[in-house]
Amino acid sequence: MHPLRIERLVYRWPGAARNTLEIGALSLASGESLFLFGPSGCGKSTLLSAIAGVVEVPKGAIRVADQDVGAVHGGARDRFRVDHIGMIFQVFNLIPWLSATENVLLPCTYSRHRRVRAGDNPEGTARRLLSELDLSDPSLASKPANELSVGQQQRVAAARALIGKPDLILADEPTSALDEAAKAAFVDLLTRECAEAGTALLFVSHDRSLERQFDRSVDFRDLNRSAA
Amino acid sequence: MLGFSLRSLWNRRFVASLTVLAISLSVALILGVERLRDGARDSFANSASGIDLIVAPRGNSVQILMATVFGVGSTGTGMTWESFEWLEDRPEVAWAIPIQMGDNHRGYPVIGTDGSYFEHFRHSGGQPLSLAAGAFFTGDGADAAVVGAEVAARFGYAPGDVIVNAHGSGEVSFDVHDDAPFTISGVLAPTGAAVDRMVFVTLEGFDIIHAQADAPLSDPLDPAAMPADDHDGHDAHGDHEVTEAGHGHEPDQINAVYVGLIDRTNVLGLQRAVNERPSDALSAVLPAVALAELWGIAGTAERAMRLMAWAVALAGMIGMVVMLSATLDTRRREFAILRSVGATPTRIFALIVTEAAVLTAAGLILGLILLTVATFVTDPILSARFGMRLGFDVFGARELGTLFVIFCAGLLASLIPAIRVYRMTLADGLSVRL
Ligand SMILES: Nc1ncnc2c1ncn2[C@@H]1O[C@H](COP(=O)(O)OP(=O)(O)OP(=O)(O)O)[C@@H](O)[C@H]1O
Ligand SMILES: [Mg+2]
Repeated sequence: MHPLRIERLVYRWPGAARNTLEIGALSLASGESLFLFGPSGCGKSTLLSAIAGVVEVPKGAIRVADQDVGAVHGGARDRFRVDHIGMIFQVFNLIPWLSATENVLLPCTYSRHRRVRAGDNPEGTARRLLSELDLSDPSLASKPANELSVGQQQRVAAARALIGKPDLILADEPTSALDEAAKAAFVDLLTRECAEAGTALLFVSHDRSLERQFDRSVDFRDLNRSAA
Repeated sequence: MLGFSLRSLWNRRFVASLTVLAISLSVALILGVERLRDGARDSFANSASGIDLIVAPRGNSVQILMATVFGVGSTGTGMTWESFEWLEDRPEVAWAIPIQMGDNHRGYPVIGTDGSYFEHFRHSGGQPLSLAAGAFFTGDGADAAVVGAEVAARFGYAPGDVIVNAHGSGEVSFDVHDDAPFTISGVLAPTGAAVDRMVFVTLEGFDIIHAQADAPLSDPLDPAAMPADDHDGHDAHGDHEVTEAGHGHEPDQINAVYVGLIDRTNVLGLQRAVNERPSDALSAVLPAVALAELWGIAGTAERAMRLMAWAVALAGMIGMVVMLSATLDTRRREFAILRSVGATPTRIFALIVTEAAVLTAAGLILGLILLTVATFVTDPILSARFGMRLGFDVFGARELGTLFVIFCAGLLASLIPAIRVYRMTLADGLSVRL
């Protein structure tokens, strides 16, 4: 099984003059971590949106967990996404008025698949993930998310992406709001957890200082023939 | 889903509680207006039955009805005793009850009448008056008084107690007839009708008050005249007592007559005869017709009130839509996050509708609580002033229907922000942008 397999993906934003994405091939194995870098505006976020099925992609171009993303539609795609993909954004990852633990458990409320894979006791799993991400303090876990520091919020977001062992985690510049030391620590924790869970990680950033911590690193401009 | 909505609303509890308050006020108003209306209709309909005609000095029929049956307001100036006797002697008349009005006992209307009142008066669809304690006017006592159940309960009266009445029909009276007390002979059983808050005295007793009260007023600047006039007044009554026959004391003037007919079909003929009687300017009022006329007048106010209540409901709904819509932009991120963890746009749509349902339901419940509290507070006042009860009975089908309509209106109103959210989440996708 391939968590991610892309073949001949062409995507153009509606109304755009030229193709944003023209990708020949890209695939990830289970537990593999890939660092994807490139300048601003080259289409990295667009690629992640395509993989997550947020934008309409042609049939057969993207397979997540051996399933054609372009072939599922509507609500089924939302369910498919949460079943197989965990996502981490740059900022504002959390529902501000839910506690850290409740935020982590969100995928389990929307996906039976993830809930089953989170074990008999999803709350326990959430607490364990949080403590592995250096958020073991119980007072932190029960605080509303908007009372956490940005670094803590990103780690909660990582725990949420990891819970229920999805096949693939898409991370769109999750470290850009963090300082150097926190960045390195965050990436270290994230890659380790992904490897342990057997989850593939597609990590997008323009900050090449993080490159060494990944199994593989790709320049988006080499991948995307459309990119100038 | 519900839990999530509750948490989300709790996060915005200040605005949410204002919205709930607005909805609850409208619910309380709408149901309150309905209950007031029903209470008024019931109490009016129950207050008198079996009276075929009310004859009083010429005046407005609604006013006559209000004054005689409900003790609210007054009729025009007196009707002569001759007219009463003329009425009583008409062949189609089965019974005639003389009524005197214009005094009050601690705010409750005092009716001067005779024993025939207790014999013929009917309420709540034909029930006669009965006594809770004591007796009706006992043969000889001019100072006998029979008090309604509510008057007795309010002031703790029992047969044998001595009470004093005041001139005028208002609550506040300075002109108290301290020197003409009555002794309570009986207490009526509760009826739920206007008689509960009435005090009945004999025609003779009613006149004694007035003989005394009118005397000093006739020449207040002449102190020497006072005791003399007073004495004359008593003398005059002495004369009357000697001449009594049939009805006992015969006052010069009365305020109204309740008439019962042998055959009801003659009512229009009698009405015409009364109206055409040359010696006295009289009106003969058909209670049912006057009541219908009253509803005609009340109906306008009723519609205005109901319109206002629904307008408040509309304002409450708009408030809710505004609240839900205003927060949408700040919640955009929230929705994007929810979608990234698998919530479908439909689910987010449902979230908004659920929030509206929770707000509306909370508004309904709070509204019912407000209504109950308001009923508790105003019921004694309404029943004391107007003899009507709002009642705490369980909700009727119509009230449940009203609640259901408001709830549906809430859900319907929430579709406006919900559809916006649906479109928004589809367009935004997972991108968390500002
Ligand atoms: N929602 C959208 N609608 C239309 N065009 C878009 C949309 N989002 C992005 N684009 C266009 O797609 C191109 C690639 O944008 P994208 O966000 O993928 O870049 P990026 O590589 O993620 O940049 P950054 O590093 O700054 O995040 C840009 O030219 C942008 O204008
Ligand atoms: Mg980007």
